[in-house]
Amino acid sequence: MTQQNDLRPATESAPRPRSRVLARFLASNQVRWGIGLVVLTTLLACFGGLLAPFSPTDPITTPYAPPGGGLLLGSDQLGRDVLSRVLAGGVSLAWMAPLSAVLSVAVGAAVGLAAAFYGGWTETILMRAMDVLLAFPGILMALMFVSVFGPSPWLLVTLVVLALIPGVARVIRGAARPICDREFVLWARSVGIPGRRMIVREVLPNITSPLLVELGVRLMWAVGILASISFIGYGIQPPTPDWGLMVSENRTGLATQPWAVLAPIVMIVLFTVGGNLIAEGGARVIARTEGK
Amino acid sequence: MTAITVTGLTVGLTGTDTTIIEDVSLELGSSEVMGIVGESGSGKSTLALALLGYARAGGEIRAGSVDIEGTDLLSLDAAGLRAARRGLVSYVAQDPATALNPSMRLRTQLLEAIDGSRDRAMARIREVLEAVGLPADDAFLKRRASELSGGQQQRIAIAMAVVAQPRLIVLDEPTTGLDVSTQMKVLELVKRLCAEYRIAAIYVTHDLAVVAEVADRVTVMYGGQVVETGTTASVLQAPAHPYTRALLQALPSTQDRHMLVPIPGRAPSIGDRPPGCVFAARCAFATDACRSAVPPLEPVGDGLVRCIRHVEIGQRPPATVSVAPVGDFEDRPDSVLRVSDLRASYGHVEVLHGIDLDVRTGECLAIVGESGSGKSTLSRCLIGLHTEWEGELLLDGESLARSAAKRSSAARRRMQYIFQNPYGSLNPRLDVGASLAAPLRHFERPSGAEVRRRVAEALERVEIPARMAELYPSELSGGQRQRVAIARALLADPNVLICDEVTSALDVSVQASVVELLRGLLQDGLSMIFVTHNLAVVRSIADSVAVLNRGEIVEQGRVDRVLDHPKDLYTQGLLADTLDLSAA
Repeated sequence: MTQQNDLRPATESAPRPRSRVLARFLASNQVRWGIGLVVLTTLLACFGGLLAPFSPTDPITTPYAPPGGGLLLGSDQLGRDVLSRVLAGGVSLAWMAPLSAVLSVAVGAAVGLAAAFYGGWTETILMRAMDVLLAFPGILMALMFVSVFGPSPWLLVTLVVLALIPGVARVIRGAARPICDREFVLWARSVGIPGRRMIVREVLPNITSPLLVELGVRLMWAVGILASISFIGYGIQPPTPDWGLMVSENRTGLATQPWAVLAPIVMIVLFTVGGNLIAEGGARVIARTEGK
Repeated sequence: MTAITVTGLTVGLTGTDTTIIEDVSLELGSSEVMGIVGESGSGKSTLALALLGYARAGGEIRAGSVDIEGTDLLSLDAAGLRAARRGLVSYVAQDPATALNPSMRLRTQLLEAIDGSRDRAMARIREVLEAVGLPADDAFLKRRASELSGGQQQRIAIAMAVVAQPRLIVLDEPTTGLDVSTQMKVLELVKRLCAEYRIAAIYVTHDLAVVAEVADRVTVMYGGQVVETGTTASVLQAPAHPYTRALLQALPSTQDRHMLVPIPGRAPSIGDRPPGCVFAARCAFATDACRSAVPPLEPVGDGLVRCIRHVEIGQRPPATVSVAPVGDFEDRPDSVLRVSDLRASYGHVEVLHGIDLDVRTGECLAIVGESGSGKSTLSRCLIGLHTEWEGELLLDGESLARSAAKRSSAARRRMQYIFQNPYGSLNPRLDVGASLAAPLRHFERPSGAEVRRRVAEALERVEIPARMAELYPSELSGGQRQRVAIARALLADPNVLICDEVTSALDVSVQASVVELLRGLLQDGLSMIFVTHNLAVVRSIADSVAVLNRGEIVEQGRVDRVLDHPKDLYTQGLLADTLDLSAA
């Protein structure tokens, strides 16, 4: 009954799956592109203001001047340099969107995991609370609170997080439900390992794929909501440059000077697409490693 | 008369030189049943599908022919192949619940399998339904697969396979998920249909006893090759290949309490097969000549064997079977676990009606029952995972609360549970060492060095090299995972182990090693509740047995008394339907 043959040479030297996940993650083209895009847009958003050739808030030429004459992207409705405004206008989005995405996924996942793991009344109460949140139209809620409390960035982040939590909670509860019925979780229950430790050690590592996908999706949503709030005029206040706000300010001149609208939109798109590529590529890598 | 000839069938992984099955040749007559036996990884399911001219994604049929009454399936184009699969050859999958569309009415489902005018087809369907022992009236045909029992679903799947009057049916483990009585009926049905309609059948299974019951001839597969073939009687009674011999020694019997002899090592995985004889690494008779070249198939008796030493080995007397003693616990008063008048329910439905059990120190009590008997519910009540129950549960004299969460830490520690599914019992994201450290850290909080020492010790106890603590569950075989699960239970230092069908997902040779491991634990003084549907395993390990039927214990006593002289009608039926080689 010896098991000498059990350990084949191939498995003896096999790298541990964790490092393999990271290596495969970084080797994936999808992830590389994503990282490239996000790093580029984030750097531009954070430090672009330093590169701006002109002041982003001072009119320097005629309104809606086409590109040329030293202005790479032309000017906006007040004659300010579009390039300088794009470079300086991403700061708020660059920190508010990822922060909202991370916070909403963290809170939503906690709610979803608790609901899936404890079941019964805990689940009913938590999920009904999520349904109530879901029933509020996010934008309307944002408008209401912003008009009462004024457009503080922290209020905006809180509102976006509140709007995103219910969706995350639902997805994570669905993903965690089958894991909670697996034998290794039942074993942990049977020996009385405390609930919170079981959730963190046994359940959470097994839902990293949906968690990463959620992060990507919610990042896109957060960017969308924040840009919309700026567009409506309840976010960053003029004359401070902001991508969402720029789209709104310059939309009347869309036909004469499309760059004033397109440039900030391109930046928003690059940022969200990058974030999604990373999250989805990561989820794929994990799924493939698991499938082994 | 030979109706089906398979020659040189080879299936490989696409884009590599790796073969999954190699040069398989078979011949069978027009109403003959051929059993194909092999453990997981032997390539038997790949062979079954290749016989229909199909390879799973990632595989491709490289060479060979499948000749069915003059038509070579593998030379047909896609349309011809599809037509052949409607008329010449058909397939019955392992799990009828997934093979049938649960939302489709049976009539629609069955009509899909047959061409021609609707009236003729319906007449034919009714005829076949009667032949498989199902009602053929309109009310039945309007039902959906999801409304039928497992046995009925498998009959429908078989009816679908024969309705178009094929020349060959390939059955891939069709009775694996079924209860013994249902399995018996399905096997009889297969034999009768093949004789009646003159259909040849290839019956793929891992269970030698099933082959003995259903097949005229047997082909034993190992590592993608045919290692032995011949008539059922000669292969099972005078096995020529060392692998067949070893497989038979690993098989438990309902008749006597054998010590089971596991096959050492583990089956080679695809792409990792050694040069020379595939079985050499695990063979007790292997020589250097065995390891250098693949042995050819040589004639022996009425069959063929792939072993260069079969003449020599055949002359040796069959290995002696040692018999394990049955412990007599009946009059011992020192009960470790006492269950009195346990009644369990799901909502308003009571599924267990007044169960009384006693387990004494060092005793192995088997709880036997078919699906729906309540045996799993019972074991989950004991461990505190099912909480809707009434009655009394005493562990070392301490009364236990209904749910595990409300029990004392000592009680949770003294009783440990091992699950049926080795693939689910370990967290795929934790390595073996971390999984094993969990009970230690939870119950004792020892130092890191102490944890490593105890983990290594526990792995040794379950015969797994300590360096495997670094591996993740996906890198282990099913048997190894089950051993790790047992090691984890042992690390809690229990008095009672509850084993819920722990061997039913394992191959025969692996089952033997797990059973012998558990026997060793019993000898160390552990008590055990062994829940199973397999009477042969019960015979080989249990000291006493309780037969559960519809939530009630119908018979209870020492294992030899109950199995040799069953008093209850249900137990008698169960024994009669349990297939056993030594009885055949």
